[in-house]
Amino acid sequence: MNVAAPADIVQPDSFEFSAENLAEAKKIIARYPEGRQASAIMPLFDMAQRQSGWLPRAAIIRVADMLGVAHIRAYEVATFYTMYNLAPVGEHLVQVCTTTPCWLRGSADIVSACEKHLGIKTGQTTPDGKVTLREVECLGACVNAPLMQVGDDYYEDLDPASTVKILEDLQAGRKPKPGPQTGRQTSAPAPGLTTLKGTA
Amino acid sequence: MLRDEDRIFTNLYGQQPWGLTGAQARGDWDGTRALLVKGRDWIIDEVKDSGLRGRGGAGFPTGLKWSFMPKDSGGRPHYLVVNADEGEPGTCKDRDIIRHEPHKLVEGCLLAGFAMGAHACYIYIRGEFHAEANVLEAAIQEAYDAKLLGPDACGSGWAYDIYVHRGAGAYICGEEMALIESLEGKKGQPRLKPPFPANMGVWGCPTTVNNVESIAVAPTILRRGASWFAGLGRPKNTGTKVFCISGHVEHPCNVEEEMGIPLRELIEKHAGGVRGGWKNLKAIIPGGSSVPCLPSTICDDVLMDFDSLSAVKSGLGTAAVIVMDQSTDIIAAIARLSKFYMHESCGQCTPCREGTGWMSRVMDRLVEGKAHVDEIDLLLEVAGQVEGHTICALGDAAAWPIQGLVRHFRSEIEARILDHQKSAAGARAA
Repeated sequence: MNVAAPADIVQPDSFEFSAENLAEAKKIIARYPEGRQASAIMPLFDMAQRQSGWLPRAAIIRVADMLGVAHIRAYEVATFYTMYNLAPVGEHLVQVCTTTPCWLRGSADIVSACEKHLGIKTGQTTPDGKVTLREVECLGACVNAPLMQVGDDYYEDLDPASTVKILEDLQAGRKPKPGPQTGRQTSAPAPGLTTLKGTA
Repeated sequence: MLRDEDRIFTNLYGQQPWGLTGAQARGDWDGTRALLVKGRDWIIDEVKDSGLRGRGGAGFPTGLKWSFMPKDSGGRPHYLVVNADEGEPGTCKDRDIIRHEPHKLVEGCLLAGFAMGAHACYIYIRGEFHAEANVLEAAIQEAYDAKLLGPDACGSGWAYDIYVHRGAGAYICGEEMALIESLEGKKGQPRLKPPFPANMGVWGCPTTVNNVESIAVAPTILRRGASWFAGLGRPKNTGTKVFCISGHVEHPCNVEEEMGIPLRELIEKHAGGVRGGWKNLKAIIPGGSSVPCLPSTICDDVLMDFDSLSAVKSGLGTAAVIVMDQSTDIIAAIARLSKFYMHESCGQCTPCREGTGWMSRVMDRLVEGKAHVDEIDLLLEVAGQVEGHTICALGDAAAWPIQGLVRHFRSEIEARILDHQKSAAGARAA
């Protein structure tokens, strides 16, 4: 479960969707049956978070009011799901998976490489506000372990060296290429196909 | 070994384009209208006869599940909900289906939804699968543009819409009742059954929740015939299955194989074998993190299907094979899973909310050996009190890995406790 926003976070007084997002929100609400617009709460929280960089209390209330949902029900949703950031995070949110399949493939070394390179501990943000480092539970790409998620992207088949290279790229404002970092074809066996050889 | 001609997911690794043109070249959307014309009962009977069992973990017969949807619901709409909230540690098969074979899923949604009298389908995909959800949305749009979906899907006269709903990070939403709650815009806490979703699911309407793989294989089964699918695998465990092989193998990978393939053959043919050779194997979790682990002696000849694995007190689950070699601290490996279940417990039922935390703390002490030997039995007792005493199966899933560990590796836990006692006594003496 997610944790509630720390009390010392400076919350903005109000939140409004951009005109573009407001139009998109109407389309999202229309995906659900008449009278069931509360279902749109998750996509709208996501949209608010992308607009603000995090999910401030004012946005939770704004979305609740848009959908006719009681504020407390909206807080329940916002605090239940781990992807909603109830406090500001760095420009790049780096989340290293450490659940057993990744742990077996060396995720502890990936966490250490991140901590050492960034000079912070897991759960912290670099002083320049660029990178927040977190551990995360199973990301669902276990045959490409170990892996980490940066923003929306998965970086797979990591070792400490490729991990540091990715962090250096992010810090220098470059976008590293997502996916396996070993040149391997998605989830196929690394040395070559054992099936479907005629289809490549 | 399964022949390539019998593989359903011929673009599992994404070497070909996922889009409609590529998908049609692979046989998707071929004669879909003709399949719809054969009618609801024909589709359900064909899936029943194929022997397909749900690919999300529980292995319930898919055709039978579809037949539970009422024929007449007094005007209430029916819904198909697809569970794409893939998050069972070890499992990453639906991800490949969604990003590389999205049209198999989209076509399956139409055929399955039609068979259950649904005009709308919601695909609930985990929020972390951002790129995958984008592919899926684009594939759905392609299907609308080609009039395969919409007011007259495939020219059948049946109106059909598919929507993608993105999750936001909660393992529990892979549980069907929690998923339904989440889709309704609430926190994902499972509902008590009954009422079952076929009577009262999302928004109080008849609903069937199916795993991605179960739906995505349906079009091929209907095209090639129930007997083709039923002819693969073993009795009551038919067809093909996407296996995920992770952990200490030479080449971790996903692969589609025949149900009932020997575990050892699966690993040695496709994943390059256990790191350091088969003799270096310590244990395998054969079906995703929730099922009990198996020691190497059982792994030598066990078959990979529902009934074979249940006979050795484990399970096929999601067919996610997590391999651990002799270098593994297996107590730590299972303790990490206990931490996972503690983190993912939704907090609704007391045995799970309190039990997962309690079990995780004891497991952490067992990793260091800081415990008494009789605490192993206490741990088993508590695990037994969590198991079966919660609304959903997360409590069971938290108990089973621990029960499997104690069943097969009790001597290792005891040895570690005694080692710790000795070193503590040594430290006091010094």
